[in-house]
Amino acid sequence: MLEIVNLHASVDGQSILKGINLRLGAGEVHAIMGPNGSGKSTLSNVIAGREDYEITEGDIRFNGESILELAPEERAHLGLFLSFQYPVEIPGVTVSNFIKTAINEIKKARGEEPMDASSMLKKMREKMDILEMDKGFLSRSLNEGFSGGEKKRNEIFQMAMLEPTLAILDETDSGLDIDALRIVANGVNALRSPKNTFMVITHYQRLLDYIVPDYVHVLFKGKIVKSGDKSLAHDLEERGYDWIKKEQE
Amino acid sequence: MRGKLCPVSEQDQILNEVTSSEYKYGFYTDVESDKVPPGLNEDVIRMISAKKNEPEWMTEWRLDAYKIWQGMIEPEWANVHYKKPDFQAISYYSAPKKKQINGLDEVDPELLKTFEKLGISLDEQKRLTGVAMDVVVDSVSVATTFKKTLAEKGIIFCSMSEAIQDHPELIKKYLGTVVPKTDNFYAALNSAVFTDGSFCYIPKGVRCPMELSTYFRINESGTGQFERTLVVADESSYVSYLEGCTAPQRDENQLHAAVVELVAMDDAEIKYSTVQNWFPGDAQGKGGVFNFVTKRGICEQRAKISWTQVETGSAVTWKYPSCILKGDYSIGEFYSVAVTNNYQQADTGTKMIHLGKNTKSTIVSKGISAGHSHNSYRGLVRMGPRAVNARNFSQCDSLLMGDRCGAHTFPYIEVKHPSARMEHEATTSKIGEDQIFYCQQRGLGMEAAIALIVNGYCKDVLNQLPMEFAVEAQKLLAISLEGSVG
Repeated sequence: MLEIVNLHASVDGQSILKGINLRLGAGEVHAIMGPNGSGKSTLSNVIAGREDYEITEGDIRFNGESILELAPEERAHLGLFLSFQYPVEIPGVTVSNFIKTAINEIKKARGEEPMDASSMLKKMREKMDILEMDKGFLSRSLNEGFSGGEKKRNEIFQMAMLEPTLAILDETDSGLDIDALRIVANGVNALRSPKNTFMVITHYQRLLDYIVPDYVHVLFKGKIVKSGDKSLAHDLEERGYDWIKKEQE
Repeated sequence: MRGKLCPVSEQDQILNEVTSSEYKYGFYTDVESDKVPPGLNEDVIRMISAKKNEPEWMTEWRLDAYKIWQGMIEPEWANVHYKKPDFQAISYYSAPKKKQINGLDEVDPELLKTFEKLGISLDEQKRLTGVAMDVVVDSVSVATTFKKTLAEKGIIFCSMSEAIQDHPELIKKYLGTVVPKTDNFYAALNSAVFTDGSFCYIPKGVRCPMELSTYFRINESGTGQFERTLVVADESSYVSYLEGCTAPQRDENQLHAAVVELVAMDDAEIKYSTVQNWFPGDAQGKGGVFNFVTKRGICEQRAKISWTQVETGSAVTWKYPSCILKGDYSIGEFYSVAVTNNYQQADTGTKMIHLGKNTKSTIVSKGISAGHSHNSYRGLVRMGPRAVNARNFSQCDSLLMGDRCGAHTFPYIEVKHPSARMEHEATTSKIGEDQIFYCQQRGLGMEAAIALIVNGYCKDVLNQLPMEFAVEAQKLLAISLEGSVG
């Protein structure tokens, strides 16, 4: 599904990712953990195609094809989704209009017919039920005046509507209380299937109690320094990141 | 900005000239050409009037306006810079004439592409490009299709030329009462040379059953466009009027100086919506329309006038749709979106003149600047000494795209009564890269992302437009801002 080969990336001439190798297969959930400043958000932005980053070496392949030359929207058309750590506000654009536009733009790019209004509404209702969202949500301006938890829930709602094959969740757990965390995790788990792949970026082990990963990787100073199964996350929770830092020094 | 009033003796003199010189210029009527030679003088005005077979009082009215105009100076206070038009190089009359285009394949393909994006049908495309029909004011289709329905209700909707012939008593009574000939340089010029426009009268207590619409387009090069619109809503009547200027014509700088007058009598309501898309000039700032327009309405007791405008076109726009809130409890509204891209300049806003008691006005202005353009909001809220409990709410937002454009706000406030209340809110923002990236990540291309963000920003204004116009306006916004980022 996703293959990251010797990826080096820098921003403003400063090297942040220093040779990342990762392979995420279909149906797998990978957790990326690491201390602040290790390059977690850079990794998610680079995969999504943000322009501010310069790829100096390496490759990112999606279903076997390099996506480095593709614009962010073209990557989205292939089925790539990023749940943002800090979703932006777009005043005057309602949640429902935004999602409708996104779905139909993707369909258009794939040469498919736009989704009709009643199917759209039906699907929205279904997904909102899973995420225990209020119906009034749809007519609110996108992220405007949303609480931290509402913003994250809205991200997962969009993911549920767009049904991506690869979803990257960038610190989706930050700013969520325990109930919201459970609801968001339920939303993610409802989408898990042998066809869908998740990359869950998190600072804490907490989220991984709900979204149980197949693999855990530790990112430190722009490199994957450790990989293992879910027990690695528990080790990190108990011992902190210091022992990783010490090992590297 | 006000010109001098013509002294009575001078008017008499003009009158004398008019009546004594009729014969002398008679030969002009022999000229069979569609277009009068460039230049402006009394002969030209008399010729225009003669060509239109106007009654003498109309000819005199025009000549009086011309005399007033001659004593006026072109205004320079607006925040726009351009080479002033040479008023003697313009042809002031050009009858609708068929152009030598035989099919759509001979029309500028870029123009056709624009039409396609606007969702204008092939028939409409043919009409707008001058293939099948070439009309200055295309009120024909509406008027002919629904003339019967309208007539049953006593509604008059026709061209200004027809109105002068068929309803002289109404024209005499109302023409120039809201925007007098003396009002300003361009209004005076328009009064002297206007060639056509629309007239609409809604009788007492009648609610106009449909939207009335007029499409304007500019003629060939070297001509100016001066249309005159007059809407009179009698007591307790209602009308929604749409004005579209959606036919871009690739050309040099052309002058468009229109006058629109609205009269809303006691308890009447007029909703006037405009989508203006005159040719804005090319990406280098060459060509484009100079849009110098005077629009004003007067509200009697409990009357309401609502202006909604979406301004995307023209090289230079100078336009302030205004309301005189004369009657007690009358209401004025102004909702505006003005987009400037490349080298466009817009200085637009409104005037809300509160004269009566308990009058209310609302101003919502959304400016969007991109490229090297300059976008100014200029608005006056005046509350007179009798305007007890007058209220105004103004919101002026500016959106900047890129770092070479400018947004300016010039609010003028004059309050003469202590009970008046005013609120003014203003914001300036930029479309963030974060917003664009967010949309792109969800599958929207750059242009679609900008269109979505801009439409969201303009929502409060677009919501005021009738449905079919709102859709057109949304598409227009997207088209005008194409290529403005990245």
